[in-house]
Amino acid sequence: MSDYIIQTIQKGIIETLEMTFFSSVFAYLIGLPIGILLYATAKGRILENRPVNFVVGLIVNICRSLPFLILLVLLIPFTRFVTGSSIGTVASIVPLTVGAIPIVARMVEASLSEVSPGIVEAATAMGASPIYTIIHFILPEATPALLLGAAINIATVLGYSAMAGVIGGGGLGAIALQYGYYRYQKDVLWTTVTILVIMVMLLQESGNLIAKKVRK
Amino acid sequence: MAEVFKLENVSKKYINDGNEITALKDINLSVKEGEIFGIIGMSGAGKSTLVRTLNRLEDISEGKVSFYGQDISKIKVGEMRKVRRQIAMIFQNFNLLQQRNVLSNVMQPLRIARVPKHERKEKALEMLRIVGLEEKQNEYPSRLSGGQRQRVAIARALAANPKVLLCDEATSALDPKTTGEVLELLKEINRTQKLTIVIITHEMSVVERICDRVAIIDEGNLAEIGEVDEIFRNPKSEAARKLVFPSNPFDPSSKKSKLIRVAFDGLAASRPFIAELAKETGKVVNILSANTKSVGGIGYGQMVLELPDDTDDQQTIVKFFKDNGLSVQEVHGYE
Repeated sequence: MSDYIIQTIQKGIIETLEMTFFSSVFAYLIGLPIGILLYATAKGRILENRPVNFVVGLIVNICRSLPFLILLVLLIPFTRFVTGSSIGTVASIVPLTVGAIPIVARMVEASLSEVSPGIVEAATAMGASPIYTIIHFILPEATPALLLGAAINIATVLGYSAMAGVIGGGGLGAIALQYGYYRYQKDVLWTTVTILVIMVMLLQESGNLIAKKVRK
Repeated sequence: MAEVFKLENVSKKYINDGNEITALKDINLSVKEGEIFGIIGMSGAGKSTLVRTLNRLEDISEGKVSFYGQDISKIKVGEMRKVRRQIAMIFQNFNLLQQRNVLSNVMQPLRIARVPKHERKEKALEMLRIVGLEEKQNEYPSRLSGGQRQRVAIARALAANPKVLLCDEATSALDPKTTGEVLELLKEINRTQKLTIVIITHEMSVVERICDRVAIIDEGNLAEIGEVDEIFRNPKSEAARKLVFPSNPFDPSSKKSKLIRVAFDGLAASRPFIAELAKETGKVVNILSANTKSVGGIGYGQMVLELPDDTDDQQTIVKFFKDNGLSVQEVHGYE
């Protein structure tokens, strides 16, 4: 491989990390509250509200069932509106975030549902408000599960970021597509794929490790 | 004496799969300040529902629940939260925060009550001293035994100076020895802090050990209520008899003979009391029923004995059992 390709791959790694990091952060900023809302308004939970739960759940399900590639294309006008462009690393963050939000929301909901109902009952018996119960009882108890979920979600975002290459996004995915696929440079293709695999594995393993360390 | 709780005509109905289920039927009872009040019943009898009406974890369908004269069945949710801070509760499964250490668990109700931060720690440590776990303040619940966890839960329950403590099957997940320790602790707290305690259990031994009065719940009905001694001596309802007496006993040889109930309460199961009685006093008794079991080397259970007609003999026998540390009660209305 030429120096140029090596430099391109190095730049690609940085771009992929940037896309993954910012998309994940934004996805959690929005997805975490939605997940909490889905949990708290479900049947038998502390803020049971069937209409809210139904509507939010429906929107999340619709967004989740859209294939990411389609979402990428559908969101082009929105992306252009937000970032001023529809190509490049920064532009990719928009569809990646939108695609990850419903996944994050469902993962958060599932993690919170694992918390023993007894904990919620104890909090209620102590005279805690629903919001206090969520912040000081449910979220701390669910922390290890939330961290494990985060590792899975971030790995998913990383995988999705490779797809952003199709609509002119940056990162390793774009390199694999442009050099490996369109120009038949098999070595570039396999190198980028290997790097992606290693990145996902590192991410998942460190996620597992942190979750294990946090769990008491 | 002031009434802590007063239940008037309390009923609770559920709708489950379109069927109406009555969990509580027209319950009337009151819990007096400073007493240990037991609520006993078979599983599914409605006792857990009953205790949850006291702090309104369960809303009632009909009737009225008062806490120190205040009707709590209809007050607003925000108001109820303030009332709940005076009604502490412990549970069968402890319900401690697994991700928080002991100290932080005990501080939780103080935080809810908005006690300033430095006072919280002081108060929590004081509570841990009472339950004898001060040195475990930095441990996590997963590192503690069941008995220790329940003691932490008790410390947590007491932290915010509640007026009453509700115990929902608090010893049911513990072994007999630990159960004894936790019950002793509860009794001690009742005595020293003058704390009213309500205990839900399905075990007669728990009631026998620490309760002053007991209510027997049977299929959502209040079958019987009264002093524990009195109910053991003279159970009137079918449900009470079932709990006090073992099933399928022999009939006494005569309708008029004196019957006693001897309870084994944590004494070594290996001692042959009946044989010793015969050897030492020369008196014999007729065992009508016996239900003893040994758990971890400790004997639990009871016997119903028919005594000889002679009153002097009867006194000798009762004295023998009492001297040996067994609790003895005369039994009437045995069937």
